[in-house]
Amino acid sequence: MPARRDSHSPSGKSLPERGLLLLIVLVLLQGSVLPLGAASSPDTTHNDYVDNPKEKEENYTKKAFPVLTLDYGHIQAPFEISLWILLASLMKLGFHMIPRVSSIVPESCLLITVGLLVGGLIKLAGEDVPPVLDSRLFFLCLLPPIILDAGYFLPIRPFMENLGTILMFAVVGTLWNAFFIGGLLYAVCQIQPANPSILHKIELLPCLLFGSIISAVDPVAVLAVFEEIHINELLHILVFGESLLNDAVTVVLYHLFEEYTRAGTVTVLDCFLGIISFLVVSIGGVLVGVIYGLLAAFTSRFTSHVRVIEPLFVFVYAYMAYLSAEVFHLSGIMALIACGATMRPYVEANISHKSHTTVKYFMKMWSSVSETLIFIFLGVATVDGPHHWNWTFVTVTVLLCLVSRVIGVVGLTYVINKFRIVKLTTKDQFIIAYGGLRGAIAFSLGFLLKKNLFPMREMFLTAIITVVFFTVFVQGMTIQPLVELLAVKKKQEAKRTINEEIHTQFLDHLLTGIEDICGHYGHHHWKDKLNRFNKKYVKKCLIAGERSKEPQLIAFYHKMEFKQAIEMVESGGGFKLPSAMPSTVSMQNIQPKKPPPAKPAEKPLSQLSKGREEEIRKILRSNLQKTRLRLRSYNRHTLVADPFEDGFDDLLIKKQKMIELEKKIKDMNNYLTVPAAPPDSPTMCRARLSSDPQSYRAKPESDSVPTFQVDLASPQSPDSVNVMDEFRRAGQQRGGVRGEEDQGLMMRPHKTGEGADGKDPQKLTRCLSDPGPGADEEEEDQPFLL
Amino acid sequence: MGAWQTRAEHQYQDLADKTGFSFEQIKNLYQRFQQLSGNEETISRENLDCMPALANNPIRKQIIGAFFDKRNQHQDEVGSCDQIGFEQFLMVMSHFRPPNLRTTDEEKEAMRKEKLRFLFNMHDSDNDGTITLAEYRKVVEELMSKSGEIGQETAKAIADAAMLEVASINVPNMGPEEFYEGITFEHFEEILKGLEMESRMHIRFLDVDTSTMRCGKSQS
Repeated sequence: MPARRDSHSPSGKSLPERGLLLLIVLVLLQGSVLPLGAASSPDTTHNDYVDNPKEKEENYTKKAFPVLTLDYGHIQAPFEISLWILLASLMKLGFHMIPRVSSIVPESCLLITVGLLVGGLIKLAGEDVPPVLDSRLFFLCLLPPIILDAGYFLPIRPFMENLGTILMFAVVGTLWNAFFIGGLLYAVCQIQPANPSILHKIELLPCLLFGSIISAVDPVAVLAVFEEIHINELLHILVFGESLLNDAVTVVLYHLFEEYTRAGTVTVLDCFLGIISFLVVSIGGVLVGVIYGLLAAFTSRFTSHVRVIEPLFVFVYAYMAYLSAEVFHLSGIMALIACGATMRPYVEANISHKSHTTVKYFMKMWSSVSETLIFIFLGVATVDGPHHWNWTFVTVTVLLCLVSRVIGVVGLTYVINKFRIVKLTTKDQFIIAYGGLRGAIAFSLGFLLKKNLFPMREMFLTAIITVVFFTVFVQGMTIQPLVELLAVKKKQEAKRTINEEIHTQFLDHLLTGIEDICGHYGHHHWKDKLNRFNKKYVKKCLIAGERSKEPQLIAFYHKMEFKQAIEMVESGGGFKLPSAMPSTVSMQNIQPKKPPPAKPAEKPLSQLSKGREEEIRKILRSNLQKTRLRLRSYNRHTLVADPFEDGFDDLLIKKQKMIELEKKIKDMNNYLTVPAAPPDSPTMCRARLSSDPQSYRAKPESDSVPTFQVDLASPQSPDSVNVMDEFRRAGQQRGGVRGEEDQGLMMRPHKTGEGADGKDPQKLTRCLSDPGPGADEEEEDQPFLL
Repeated sequence: MGAWQTRAEHQYQDLADKTGFSFEQIKNLYQRFQQLSGNEETISRENLDCMPALANNPIRKQIIGAFFDKRNQHQDEVGSCDQIGFEQFLMVMSHFRPPNLRTTDEEKEAMRKEKLRFLFNMHDSDNDGTITLAEYRKVVEELMSKSGEIGQETAKAIADAAMLEVASINVPNMGPEEFYEGITFEHFEEILKGLEMESRMHIRFLDVDTSTMRCGKSQS
């Protein structure tokens, strides 16, 4: 990210413009303070409003009709919310304008600082700070979008492969942290017999509760920081997975200790019940999520006629899964993750491409805004207090957090490495330990504590805030240089190629086969069984129409082609050639030159079955759409240029060449055994060429990249293409191959394009992969492969 | 039993050196070998063919073929045999050993090459050192053979696109008249270098203490 930002700074705004923007932002801040200040005195305005009618009735004197009135109380709440959201978004915009700062300091830190500023301003204005990190607001509105985004775009394959490790870290690690911190804190509080301090009053249970609140790694903070450092997939999924799955542990511990603080003691039976409760909370949460996910998938099967509301189902079902889990005090986060991960493969197979885009963008948007708001609110709530600073308590807490994390990670890795194939090295362990950031969840949980049960609530809150600040600022800022220093493996930027996809599948089957020969029911065996079950029963239920039978590889292939076609269109018709020449390899280079042996003189031109026809038509149609746009860049033989510009005689010459080529093509193999239609008369060809304004660009490409323009692009819209026409063309072009060649070639240039080309594709991907939570393009679109 | 044991140990030592397995693993695999071969000295193709578990596997022919492929024995022979003994069985299995913490980078590299070579041999059925377009098409077709009625054309299209990709990556500036013969081993390595074969292509069975593993149920 720093590199990209630097590349933008020359093209960014000049200094005075930036200053102006900052000024505007500050003014807006001030402007926001006043209504927020007015927020704290809602009662008076409301009372006024209520009282006024009564007053008016008693002594009604006729006044002049008010042309303009001010009635703030009416719209106050939505107005404030909108203002906060606007502030958050403007901040996000603002940071991208200051490349230097944002390359050193992660966004989360900047946002907390802004929150501090805003909180300070509000306080200065003499008003009360609104309770922004109120737990209801946080847990019901701010957290779900982020978690849903994380769950929906969770890369399933690495997650499942490392599930054992992740669970170990999440469950055992969090338990260890909680007890270690809580226990040692209590011990420390009991020391210093000489001067009786308030610390003595803290009992064991509140300490343990505090330990359990502070011990959980926070998904929001992890996402915010790890998003920017582009670390390799394994470490990312380990830390991130841990932060998601430790919610169950936190929920159980929190409720357990909170319940029994009143009682004062915890018996063995309670512990046992606690363990049962943990299983119920986690498995129950996942179950709720899966049920809602399947419901959403099932619903999406029938939405083919009302495409506009498709995205709504995704969001509403997911939110309901969260709320339903929260009703029973199950783990809402796990429910949300399970729901998102379950419904995704089926929903994506069912919904239209536009809905898919909508879902993606809305999720990213909401989670991005949520994350920004959370960090700003953290800052605001810090200013608000109430604080009770106690040097011993706070420093010991911070220290213990670090120490326990390190010990936990090292100890667990030692055990885990005995079972892992790809062992975790010391570097990995360091990053995992260092990436254990605490965040807003801890703060909100602390906020939830009741004052009467926990007299030390303020001290706890202060300590929590300090730990959060420490991890986000210190660890967040230094993790990037440390990653560079330690030369930790970064994320592979290349997109998945079709060869990799083929071989991944091949490997899966191979390893399953070898396992079967060995007689060992391992990983692959069960994965294979699950996949077959999925294909046989589940997909039939949940995916509409013929797509349920589409095998993985084809789905991947189509998706890839489609995506590239869209990218092509979005980047302006692919006219900006990347500076690195695309590969000039074309289909001819890999076709065997000699005709296949034993080719009978007259090939039995069997009629194609309907299904095959349909398939071929589909492929060809999609090719036609693409080749219309991409033709000019990738092939070698210029045959036809723009008829409007080059004139008629040129056209004739080119027509000639085309006929020659057609002859050449006919000599090569035909693998589509189509009934060969009679070749078109020259008039027809010419007519088609000249009547197709769309298949030619106004400015022909330069000679360096000659183009081949056999009339692949149909003059009419693809839907109205005559089947016979297609087959004839198909016959001329050796079937889908010719179309495929463009498809095939398509893949290469984009790869080089993305690497070599400066601004455009990169800009596009930056917009697409917003630095919010979640993966970027390649990960999201990985098909559901266990 | 005593004589058998010493002879076995001697053999095992040999095998362990050649293939890199531990004694435990070799013993377990020997038991499995006995099961598959029906207590004979060698396994034939029929023994493996009639395993019910493999019936659902789309590439079972290639897998079985790989066992009988002489190229996988690392003895510079080509062709295929009809029966394999325990040693050959082990050699083929040794391709699926995972690396451990102590494996150095060079060893990992060698391991990766070995595994990729195994895959390459599976694709290159005519032993000519390249995977031609026809062979690659066959691979993709086989891969999708159990997935229902796919148009054969789609399989061909995918294979063609993949081939094109290999050519584009490895020989980006080809003239229109040049012909890309096929995927050589170097090109194969190149396109799969992102997959980290040394860690992905392994069977867990050979890694964990095998005394707790039960030797599965399928009998020939």
